Amino acid sequence: MEKTGYNYDIVKSYVHWSILWGTVAVLVGVLIAFQLVYPSLNLEPYLTYGRLRPLHTNAGIFGWGIGSFFALFFYIVQRLCRRPLWSVGLARFQLYFFNATIIAAAVTLLLGFNTSKEYHELEWPLDIMVVILWVVFSINIIMTIVKRKEEHMYISLWYMLATIVGVAVLYIVNAAEIPVSLFKSYSAYAGTNDANVQWWFGHNAVAMVLTAPPLAIFYYFLPKSTGVPIYSHRMSIIAFWSLIFMYLWTGAHHLIWTPVPDWIQTLALVFSLMLIAPSWGSVFNGYLSMGGQWHQMRENYLVKFFILGITFYGLQTLQGPSQAVRTFSAFIHFTEWVPGHVHMGTMGWVSMVLFAGVYCIFPKIYGREVYSIPLANLHFWLVLIGQLIYSVSMWIAGIQQASMWHSMNPDGNLTYTFVETLAQLYPYWTIRAVSGVIYLAGVLVFIYNLIMTARSPEASLSAAAQNV
Amino acid sequence: MWEKKPILLLVLATLAIMVGTVITMVLPFKWINGEGDRIASVKPYNALQLAGRDVYIREGCNNCHSQVVRPLVADVLRYGDYSKSGEFVYDQPHLWGSRRMGPDLARVGGKYPDAWHVQHMKQPKVMIPQSNMPAYTALVGNAIDPAYTEKKMKVLGFPYNQAEIQALAGKTELDALIAYLQKLGSDIPWRQQAKAVVVGDLVNPFVNDAAAIAEGAKLFDSNCDSCHDLKMESDDTDDVGPPLTNMKDFDENDLFTLIHDGTGAGMPSFASIGVTGIWKIVNFLKNHKEGDDEGHKKGDDEGHEK
Repeated sequence: MEKTGYNYDIVKSYVHWSILWGTVAVLVGVLIAFQLVYPSLNLEPYLTYGRLRPLHTNAGIFGWGIGSFFALFFYIVQRLCRRPLWSVGLARFQLYFFNATIIAAAVTLLLGFNTSKEYHELEWPLDIMVVILWVVFSINIIMTIVKRKEEHMYISLWYMLATIVGVAVLYIVNAAEIPVSLFKSYSAYAGTNDANVQWWFGHNAVAMVLTAPPLAIFYYFLPKSTGVPIYSHRMSIIAFWSLIFMYLWTGAHHLIWTPVPDWIQTLALVFSLMLIAPSWGSVFNGYLSMGGQWHQMRENYLVKFFILGITFYGLQTLQGPSQAVRTFSAFIHFTEWVPGHVHMGTMGWVSMVLFAGVYCIFPKIYGREVYSIPLANLHFWLVLIGQLIYSVSMWIAGIQQASMWHSMNPDGNLTYTFVETLAQLYPYWTIRAVSGVIYLAGVLVFIYNLIMTARSPEASLSAAAQNV
Repeated sequence: MWEKKPILLLVLATLAIMVGTVITMVLPFKWINGEGDRIASVKPYNALQLAGRDVYIREGCNNCHSQVVRPLVADVLRYGDYSKSGEFVYDQPHLWGSRRMGPDLARVGGKYPDAWHVQHMKQPKVMIPQSNMPAYTALVGNAIDPAYTEKKMKVLGFPYNQAEIQALAGKTELDALIAYLQKLGSDIPWRQQAKAVVVGDLVNPFVNDAAAIAEGAKLFDSNCDSCHDLKMESDDTDDVGPPLTNMKDFDENDLFTLIHDGTGAGMPSFASIGVTGIWKIVNFLKNHKEGDDEGHKKGDDEGHEK
C-alpha cells in the first residue's frame, strides 16, 4: 500500500456507509411490501406507504447505489490512473456531505416534503445539496483522470465520465422548480411538459445511475476476478457510444398512450428496441470473456455474482424494450409487472455487481482475505432466490391484474370491478413480502461476512487477492 | 484518440446525450401546452383545491393512484373519456403516476358524494372491504393555513379573491383534499357525452330467476353495501346513502336507470357493472324482504327484529 500511495481509507468509509443505507432500503422495502398486505401497518402520519416508498427508492438508488459507486469508483480510478486520488480531503468532505444529504433526505421524505416526481422526490434545498455533492465528486474524479500516470483510459473510466456528465444534466434540468417556502416548491414545467421532462429524467437516471456505473465496475472487476482480459475492446467502444447516444431518446416509453405527442412515443419505442444492441454488446463482451473460463462459475464465487449480474442485465434490456411496444405497454403498464421488472434490474443486475465489487476490494482495503467463502455463496443464493421469487411473482401478478382489467363480457361491459382485481393480488403481495425477507437475510449474511473479515487477524494475502 | 483525452471524451459524451435530449425533451416545449391544447372549461385550481392537491402530493397518493386515462377500451369503460393534454396545463407538477395499486383518479371528481370520501378517508375498509388503502384519520385534525395558501396561489399565478382566502379559515386538510378530488375531471365538457347509454327498450331478463338474484346479492355486497343498508338501523349513522328498506314497489326500469346512470347528485353511475349485472341487482332488490338476509353477509344485521 505504501509504495503506490493509493488511499483506501476513504474507500473503506464509503463501503461502510453505502451498505448501511442499502440495508435501510431493503428493510423499508420489506416493510412497505407487508403494508400492501396488511394496511394496518401504515402508521400515520410518518410511516404510511405513500411516504415510505420514496424513502425506499431514494435509499436504494442514492444511498446504496450512488454510495457504493463512490466507494468503487474511488478505488478503481486510483488503480486505472496509477496515482492516488487527486484530493483525499475533498473526498472526505464529500463523505460527510453525502451522509448528511441522505439523512436529510430520509427525514424530509418522512415529514412529507416531496416534489412527487418519481426518483426525484427531494425538495429544492436537498436538490442543492445533491448538486454540491456531485460537483465535488466530479472534480475529484476528473482531476484524478486528467493527472493520471497511465496514458490510456480503460473502458471503466469512459463510463465513469459519461455518468458524471449525464447525472449532472438530468438532475439539474428536472430539478427546475419555483420555491414557495423552505420545503415546498412547484415544478417549473406544467402538465404534459412536466411529464415528458420527468420521464426523460426518470428513464435516464436508469441509464446514468443504474447502467453506466455498474458497467464501469463490471468491466473492471470481471477480468480482475477471472484473470483473463475483456473479449473485445472494439465491441466495448461501439457499445459505449451507442448506449449513451440512444438512451436519451427513450424516456417517453414511460408515457405510452398518454397525451404526450405520438411522435415522441414512437421515437422512444424505436430507440428502446435499438438499445438492445449496445446493451447486449456488453452482455456478449462479458460472456465471451469467459471463453475457456466457465469452470470458474463453479470455483470462483466472484464470477458467479458477475455473470449472474450481467445475465440479469441482458434479460432486463430485453424485457424493458418489449415493454415499450405499444400493445404490450397497454397491457402491463400500471400493473405489478413493472416492479417485477425494476427489481430484476436493481436486485439482480446492479446489486449483484455491487456485492461482488465490494468482495473484490475488501481484501485490498482491509489487508485480509474474505472471512468465509461458503458464507459468500450462501449470500449469493439467498439474494438470487429472493430476487427471482420477487420478480416472477410480480410478473404473474401483473399478467393476472392486466387480464382482469381488460376482460370484457359479451355485452361489452367490463367483467371485473377494480376492487375485484385488487383482491386477487393479496397472495402475490404476500409472496413478494416473503421474497424480500429472503433477500434481506442474504444482505445480513453479506454484512456478517464483511464484519468478520474486518475483525479477523491480519494475514498475508494470496496471489489472487493481490492481483485485484 | 479520445481514449487518451478525458476532456475530449467529456465533450463528446455531452454531445452524444444532447442529441436525443434536444429532440425529444427540449423541442416538444414548442408544441405542448400551446393554444391548440387549451380547453376553455378547464380552469386553474381554486385556493382550497390547491391546498388539497398539496396534501395529495405530501401523502404520496401518486405512488398508488394514476391520473391519466389512456385511449384504451378498458380504460375508457372503467374511468371515462381518455385524457387530453389541455386538462393538465395547470398541473405543476403533473401527477400521472406510474402504478394503479388503487384506481385511476383522473375522473373521480363528482363520482362520489363528499360524505363518501369522508368515510373512505377515515376507514377505507368500511367503504371498500377488500381495499388495502391506509386510513388517513389525521387529516381532519389539520387546519389549512389561509396566508400560506394565498402565497402558493401567487407563486403559481392562479386567480383568487380575498373572500376565497378567508373562506379557508376553519377548513381542514380533509376538506381540501376532497375539494381537490372533486375537481379532478369535473371540468371536461365531453365527459357527460362519453357516458354509457343503454340502447333499446329495457326488459328485465331475470324475473324470478333465483340464481340471478343470488348473484345480485353478491354484486350488491361489493358495489352498494358500503353506502346503503337494506333496512333502517338507528345506530348506523355513517351510511352515505338512504337505506333501501322497501324496494318491492319500485318500478324495475326506473331502478335500473337509477343504478346505471346515477342520480347526478350524490349517487354515482354504476354503468361499469354492466347491463346484466345491474339487472341482477335490480332483481335482488325487488325480491329482497326485510329480515331476509340469506346469502347476504353483514355482521351488523344480526339481531334485527322480524
